Amino acid sequence: MLRFVLSRLVTFIPTFFGVTLVSFAFIRLLPGDPIQLLAGERSVSPERYAELEAQLGFDQPLWQQYFDYLFGIFQGDLGTSFVTRRPVLDEFMALFPATLELSICAIVLAVLLGIPAGVIAAVNRGKFFDQALMTTALVGYSMPIFWWALLLIIVFSSGLGWTPVSGRISLMYFFDTPTGFMLIDSAMSGEPGAFRSAVSHLILPTIVLATIPLAIIARQTRSAMLEVLGEDYVRTARAKGLAPLRVNGLHALRNAMIPVITVIGLSVGTLLAGAILTETIFSWPGIGKWMVDSIFRRDYQAVQGGLLIIAVIVMLVNLTVDILYGAINPKIRKR
Amino acid sequence: MPLLEIRNLTVEFSTTSGAFRAVDGVDITVEPGDLMAIVGESGSGKSVSMLAVMGLLPWTATITADLMAFNGHDLRGMTAKQRRRIIGRDMSMIFQEPMSSLNPCFTVGFQIRESLKKHTDLDRKGRQERAVELMKLVGIPAPEKRLGAFPHQLSGGMSQRAMIAMALACEPKLLIADEPTTALDVTIQAQILELLTGLQERTGMALILITHDMGVVAETVKRVQVQYAGQKVEEQEVGALFDDPHHPYTAALLAALPERATERRLPTIPGVVPGQFDRPTGCLFSPRCRFADAHCKAVEPVQASPEMGLALCHYPLSHGEPTKKEQAS
Repeated sequence: MLRFVLSRLVTFIPTFFGVTLVSFAFIRLLPGDPIQLLAGERSVSPERYAELEAQLGFDQPLWQQYFDYLFGIFQGDLGTSFVTRRPVLDEFMALFPATLELSICAIVLAVLLGIPAGVIAAVNRGKFFDQALMTTALVGYSMPIFWWALLLIIVFSSGLGWTPVSGRISLMYFFDTPTGFMLIDSAMSGEPGAFRSAVSHLILPTIVLATIPLAIIARQTRSAMLEVLGEDYVRTARAKGLAPLRVNGLHALRNAMIPVITVIGLSVGTLLAGAILTETIFSWPGIGKWMVDSIFRRDYQAVQGGLLIIAVIVMLVNLTVDILYGAINPKIRKR
Repeated sequence: MPLLEIRNLTVEFSTTSGAFRAVDGVDITVEPGDLMAIVGESGSGKSVSMLAVMGLLPWTATITADLMAFNGHDLRGMTAKQRRRIIGRDMSMIFQEPMSSLNPCFTVGFQIRESLKKHTDLDRKGRQERAVELMKLVGIPAPEKRLGAFPHQLSGGMSQRAMIAMALACEPKLLIADEPTTALDVTIQAQILELLTGLQERTGMALILITHDMGVVAETVKRVQVQYAGQKVEEQEVGALFDDPHHPYTAALLAALPERATERRLPTIPGVVPGQFDRPTGCLFSPRCRFADAHCKAVEPVQASPEMGLALCHYPLSHGEPTKKEQAS
């Protein structure tokens, strides 16, 4: 098992360098000059421009800039945003818990609902529940996220007044946030009602963000289950006189989990990379919104640093998925 | 009282192109400790009739029978839950493809202990001991170690032994073996058959062997039931069946055995088993039968007397010659 993990880690190295190169080149390929953007309406004198260029290191040749960037990475320095004058890593880490909290809630919701729904649909193939569920999943999958979010806000926030419209917690509360996870911090703050407020702020963004992964997971679970339900070992399990819950939920589902785990991993990757629309609509202070703002400001250091961290996280999620394959199906471990 | 008694079993599958009758009025009687075979080509409804007894057919199947009783319980009116208490305990089944019949995600030990957990009161330790005992019983060396193995680490023969151990876990009264050796090589086939008959003798359970291999039948069982196109066409003791088959289909099957061939060219039965759309009128075997005449093609035959092996034929054979006693037409 250790060898398996190590061999996977080795494949990280070329991917990692590829990502640094792409993230470095990508933002510089966009038209637009960061110094001009920084200056805004005011014009910059050529002397001042040259001075700023030298100060930010943009006068160096590109390869020199790239190697400076790489060198920084290995020293744990992702550079300093020239807009906010703060280290990129600090900026990222300040916002990332918000994204992580929302993503975890969304993926947990999607998995807890999606897998059982897919199993039930597969077992009742062609019957009413199956058709109703697959239609719903298709609608959920194809629905524009911003429209769905606005619809929920109109009904549950403005209409019924059950949930707040935006933000992570009510403005009434003020406390330290040592972990950055609002659910944990509010529970530890000891302020009455704070936790409740944090939960109520999470509900709608979680539902919106979970919608597409939920639809994907349900459909994937259903099709994987349909394939597995015809297998001989499922018949063997039934021939033992086992209850349907055990036959379908253990013997069949475990074999059907490989493709399901794959789409869960992919979903986690996408969610962590920043749910830009959801974060924007609900004014959720996460990295999705920060990345978009940084791109518009041509904040080279912030964009390349942010992209790199996100890419490494996605790579780690994929590694976890690979390890889970082996844990689920012992046959894969042997390869 | 017979252990398993089935009268006029019919299984129909609803398909997009209409109903398909896979089993057509089959009778089966199994006494306790019986050792019998159901023989027939692919598509003769052997497996389907046994899967119907086990309750393992998909929901597209409609099962009807005048009588379907196991060990005094009527299987027809039973709820799924009641049936699950019987299958895997009193009546169990092993299948054609041992490699794919074991779940690749769980160890062999887990899959054996699971049956014990479902049907017995044994505690964890008792289940483990019983599992080791079962592995020894089916001749698997180093049983403690093999219990921790995953199916892909076992050979085909070992897998089938493990399947047998699983099926025998709760000391069933009836074991149904659905072509248990078809997927194995010849040397292993003999070992598995020997194991099955040995276990049958030792435990006194009844064994139904589903096969298309007359050679296997001759070496293994006591009584044979021949099925064709979903119908039972003949039933005899094995010795009598080989000496004097009464149904032309049985006779043709036996003639096709390489050991019995007298000429250089192996005799065959022309044509194939009728499917959903080419079911003939009259006798279902008539298009392929050497002895068929106009009467056979028009009128459905009835069962002959027990002395004639209950042959489903207008002119049951006696020593290779049709007995045309009722030459009305």
